[in-house]
Amino acid sequence: MAAISQTTAAVRDVEQYKYGFVTDIETERAPKGLNESIIRFISAKKDEPEWMLEWRLKAYRYWLTLGDQEPTWAKVTYPRIDYQDSYYYAAPKQQAKYESLDEVDPKLIETYNKLGIPLKEQQMLAGVAVDAVFDSISVATTYKKKLQELGVIFSPISEAVKTHPELVKKYLGSVVPYSDNFFATLNSAVFTDGSFVYIPKGLRCPMELSTYFRINEKNTGQFERTLIIADEGSYVSYLEGCTAPQRDENQLHAAVVELVALDDAEIKYSTVQNWYPGDENGKGGIYNFVTKRAACRGRNSKVMWTQVETGSSITWKYPSCILQGENSSGEFYSVAITNNRQQADTGTKMIHIGRNTKSRIVSKGISAGRSSNTYRGLVRVQGKADGARNYTQCDSLLIGDRCSANTVPYIESRNPTAQTEHEATTSKISEEQLFYCLQRGMTQEEAVSLIVNGFCKEVLQTLPMEFAVEAQKLVAISLEGSVG
Amino acid sequence: MALLKIKNLHANVAGKEILKGISLTINAGEMHAIMGPNGTGKSTLSNVIAGRDGYEVTSGEVLLDDNNLLAMSADERARAGVFLAFQYPVEIPGVSTSNFLKTALNAKRRAAGLPEIDAMEFLKLVKAKTKALGIPDDIIKRQLNVGFSGGEKKRAEVLQMTLLEPRIAILDETDSGLDIDALKVVADGVNNLRSADRGFLVITHYQRLLNYIVPDHVHVMSGGRIVASGGKELALTLEAEGYAKYQAA
Repeated sequence: MAAISQTTAAVRDVEQYKYGFVTDIETERAPKGLNESIIRFISAKKDEPEWMLEWRLKAYRYWLTLGDQEPTWAKVTYPRIDYQDSYYYAAPKQQAKYESLDEVDPKLIETYNKLGIPLKEQQMLAGVAVDAVFDSISVATTYKKKLQELGVIFSPISEAVKTHPELVKKYLGSVVPYSDNFFATLNSAVFTDGSFVYIPKGLRCPMELSTYFRINEKNTGQFERTLIIADEGSYVSYLEGCTAPQRDENQLHAAVVELVALDDAEIKYSTVQNWYPGDENGKGGIYNFVTKRAACRGRNSKVMWTQVETGSSITWKYPSCILQGENSSGEFYSVAITNNRQQADTGTKMIHIGRNTKSRIVSKGISAGRSSNTYRGLVRVQGKADGARNYTQCDSLLIGDRCSANTVPYIESRNPTAQTEHEATTSKISEEQLFYCLQRGMTQEEAVSLIVNGFCKEVLQTLPMEFAVEAQKLVAISLEGSVG
Repeated sequence: MALLKIKNLHANVAGKEILKGISLTINAGEMHAIMGPNGTGKSTLSNVIAGRDGYEVTSGEVLLDDNNLLAMSADERARAGVFLAFQYPVEIPGVSTSNFLKTALNAKRRAAGLPEIDAMEFLKLVKAKTKALGIPDDIIKRQLNVGFSGGEKKRAEVLQMTLLEPRIAILDETDSGLDIDALKVVADGVNNLRSADRGFLVITHYQRLLNYIVPDHVHVMSGGRIVASGGKELALTLEAEGYAKYQAA
């Protein structure tokens, strides 16, 4: 039908990435390449204690033994990455410490304003504290004082290493060990900044915590590390957002996120990923190779991942839950949109170890243009996980006829009392649906946005209120140009 | 005042000529009915007027208020005031009826240079309309047409028509699959919308609907042409005698 062919035709024409600008700011960088002295340089820049440097070096030495053995099982293709042709540390030149936000370089404040993330507390969304990470360092954390009074620690991880070494030592690498996988090992060696969160016993954190990642420098990898610990009976909702300038070369983003939920604790982790996706021919864009994992260690603990993935030229990401505690539960809600030449291989792993553990997976993949979108998920029920339950639902929506959607579910059950359910659908935006909307006066873009948002609704409604509206708009923007 | 003017319209579907020279003028305030056996091009005519893809106009004209409809895209025609009540209203999962209606109404308001209607105002408006139509207002919270009964779907179409206030409304086999109660609700809704500046084109196979929506003019369509026209009594004759004599022609 003509509407669909118009749709496909237009996918190729337009690239609408409004965060593609570059901030002109003086930067301090480590020399190009990766070796022990670069790692020592990063550690020294961060003024780290010896044990942290040792941990990094251990990871680096292990990484060397891996050779070039990047994981190859994902359904993505890209040219070999030259790890020596990249910078591993870049930071805006500035005074070492800010006493208040007024001292932050106005250019940085302006950058975040342009991104829609005001750092001045009086302008902020009520009830959201933000940590802003620019290239390799955290430039500002808002509402710090107020959170401190409650006993919440919300700070750049580079700071937490010094101020709360006992917590960092105890939990860093306890969910994603330095030897976990190629990219996580690399991250362990060279991670530069990221957020650290600790919620004390029994506290329901009254505001959303949020980190905003921005890659600005050319040829620079971003390797952030986030660690969130929810102590017994606590609750926190955390949101992560990210963008990068529009550049012709690919940039590597290899983050690690570790979550730990103790008895009766709950963590809600939401991501709106909008890294630069590359142009319509697949030139440029971020390689988003990320390891995210939660340990539900305590009884009745709960972790909920929600991700809206619209950016990056390649996404390789499987936010997972290790359900150790009895009666713990993990949920994964995902919207992954690929357009033009984007490739996404994303999903989750739910590892049921404890008794009566529950997991729920809802994945919505939308492919347009010539993109490839794969859901890959593992549900594993171990021998002692009596009464474990999983429900998985994977829906794919295709726009046009040159994209692909794949669903690769792995289910392994070693306990006969476990119940797992898997449902999958693949559909197209039909000519009937489009015409119906047009006949009511909507433009093609409004129509596609409405239909796609309807398709994703179950996932989008799990986002914190403040961001759900933003996410809906983002869904529309990332499909802009996929209609005529 | 000629509202919709169709002049010698020819149209193809998949290379095959379906409309073979339709001419029809609907004046403001008039209700026209097109009747005819299945497969004579009635639905093609409504799709061509609404601007659906896949229908190729080979010659002729369609004017709305003297503007060339054929030069407009489907959404432009809708915003200019063409409304098509679908024979098979389409399901849109995850989209509430109210969100759909609000998006449509705002698209139309924007085109008319009016400010968008806000959520509270919209809710008030839509509740007033459902009440007037005798439609339970929980329908607006449900996903559009998903799990609706045949009657609910058609009532939702009438609700949309009522909100969008078209210049010309085309009802394509709206009576199909309706029981008598649903048919009455639909007919009441349409009758309430009749006004001196609005025109209607009702496409139907059966006379039954026309007991409730009384047309000013009735046309018989067969083989892609209008083969007879008359007043409302023509519908009754057709009911009694069938289409056979027109099909032979």
